[in-house]
Amino acid sequence: MTMIESQGRAANDRRSTEAPKPARRPRSRYRVGYGYWWWALPAVVLMIVLIYLAIASGAFYAFTNWTGIGSFDFIGLKNFRRIFQTAELTGALKNSLILGFGFLVFTNILGLLFALALNRRLKTRHLLRVLLFMPVVIAPIAVSYIWKFIFAYEGPLNQVLGAIGLKSWQHDWLTDPKLALAAVLVVMVWQNTGMVMVIYLAGLATVPAELEEAAAIDGAGAFRRFRAITIPMIQPSIAIATTLMLIQGFRIFDQVLALTGGGPAGATQTLATEVYQQTFVFTNFGFGAALALVLSVLIFIVTIVQQYATRDRT
Amino acid sequence: MFSYRKKTLILEIVMILVTLAMLSPFYFLVTTSLKPDKEVLTSSTLAPPKHLTLNNFSTLLAPSSGASSNILHGLLNSVIITVGSILLLVVAGSPAAYVLTRSTSRWSTRTYYLVLIAILLPTQLGVVPLYVEARNLGLVGSPVGLIVVYGGTLMPLSVFLYSGFFRRLPRDYEEAATVDGASRSRVFLRIVFPLMGPATGTVAILTGLIVWNDFFTALIFLNGSGHQTLPVVMYNYVGSLVSQWNLIFAVVIISMVPLLAFYFFAQKKFIQGYAGGLKG
Repeated sequence: MTMIESQGRAANDRRSTEAPKPARRPRSRYRVGYGYWWWALPAVVLMIVLIYLAIASGAFYAFTNWTGIGSFDFIGLKNFRRIFQTAELTGALKNSLILGFGFLVFTNILGLLFALALNRRLKTRHLLRVLLFMPVVIAPIAVSYIWKFIFAYEGPLNQVLGAIGLKSWQHDWLTDPKLALAAVLVVMVWQNTGMVMVIYLAGLATVPAELEEAAAIDGAGAFRRFRAITIPMIQPSIAIATTLMLIQGFRIFDQVLALTGGGPAGATQTLATEVYQQTFVFTNFGFGAALALVLSVLIFIVTIVQQYATRDRT
Repeated sequence: MFSYRKKTLILEIVMILVTLAMLSPFYFLVTTSLKPDKEVLTSSTLAPPKHLTLNNFSTLLAPSSGASSNILHGLLNSVIITVGSILLLVVAGSPAAYVLTRSTSRWSTRTYYLVLIAILLPTQLGVVPLYVEARNLGLVGSPVGLIVVYGGTLMPLSVFLYSGFFRRLPRDYEEAATVDGASRSRVFLRIVFPLMGPATGTVAILTGLIVWNDFFTALIFLNGSGHQTLPVVMYNYVGSLVSQWNLIFAVVIISMVPLLAFYFFAQKKFIQGYAGGLKG
């Protein structure tokens, strides 16, 4: 009741401001002034302490030899020199890059293809969307156990290969240094394609069917329509999907720990798993922080490049 | 123009097959969890169980077994930590986002930039100092400590999501209520927040899912304590089972059921949350 009344009054109000009335100056848009800054205080303090201060102090420890207890010394760039001189750690850096970019490319290609296929027309599209999105909601660690079984030597993948006459393709997927990393990537892509698909579906929903129809009548083929209409219109979705996948890909941890534990012989170690092992298993806090700093700088650089590449050009 | 043609039917069939292939891991998950011990070792992994058994589940959940109290505790801890984190993110995040979007001062713009940058910052670097600080404060192994950690690290996401919704909310209601003499806090609590139900839903689903499924932070902060969340309980338990896939998969299914049930109950909300919320 009061809502309706006040709405009516607000409307009257606006009408009265439109007509020039010297007695009242035009009301500015509704604002929340300076006096209310403390509403933001809890959230901002939490963020500054737990993200900015924590990261700053992590960066500080990266230049020390702290072991987590007692005193420590500044050792300059020694930690970083050791990182780039240890084969296993440069290998971990390389693996992080491969997983990060592989994850970005495959999830986006598959997600976009699924989104295009399930955008309109198909009668089962709603059901298929719900089913394809399902892996997204499951814990990555649970997903990893399922796939560990699938990749096992006696597991379903090898049995399927044997059944269709590809016995020579059978491998011990997770213990073969050449294949283990690819296997981890498959699990990551399998779980997250549904999320990318949903982001692209939201973008595709903003492309009016009439526009595509008009272009088709003008003689534009499917690929031309995709390039000239769809891609520019789903630019925001591309930016979001690529940002999310990049950040997730570089931080990958759960899947590696559950699938291979970083093995065989460090073949699937990533920077994130090395941070965990150096810091919490070997309690080299300073060295772990240095590794985390390398990972952070890497993510930061790649994110900036990606933000630039997918910026809104309109 | 774009009507249902033969080509569409082919695409439909292809997509159904693709979806079935994508879901095949769930087939192995369910069938293996229903097999008795002997069959796991002898029969093909592709074959459905010859003798259906729920023994694996009853072994895990029977009150007499050691596993059941661990699993139920893990479930309880996961619920407490997830709900606590969501509450913190909603109660602190929504007024912050509101002030930041409705105020035009230079400082609010600057603060909002801090929020945006924080989303992109890799939080891994902060985990080590956070762990050390939490240890000094005696908060390692406590649900409260972990709720604060999740609240802080996910706060930028919450503020960002809320801001997107607030910016699209027309100011007419707020202006009208002010004319009626309502204070700013009353306007927010009685009008804006209730209108923003979808925003709160999106924040709750997106952040809740991250917290519920998180393994890394939970492992570091809670491992070995009596307050482990489900993913950590699962990790430790599976580590003690060597290749007993039927039991392992029963644990995995038990850990998945609450979330999948919630997903199918609110699947529209989930998908919209991911699609719409992130557009901001």
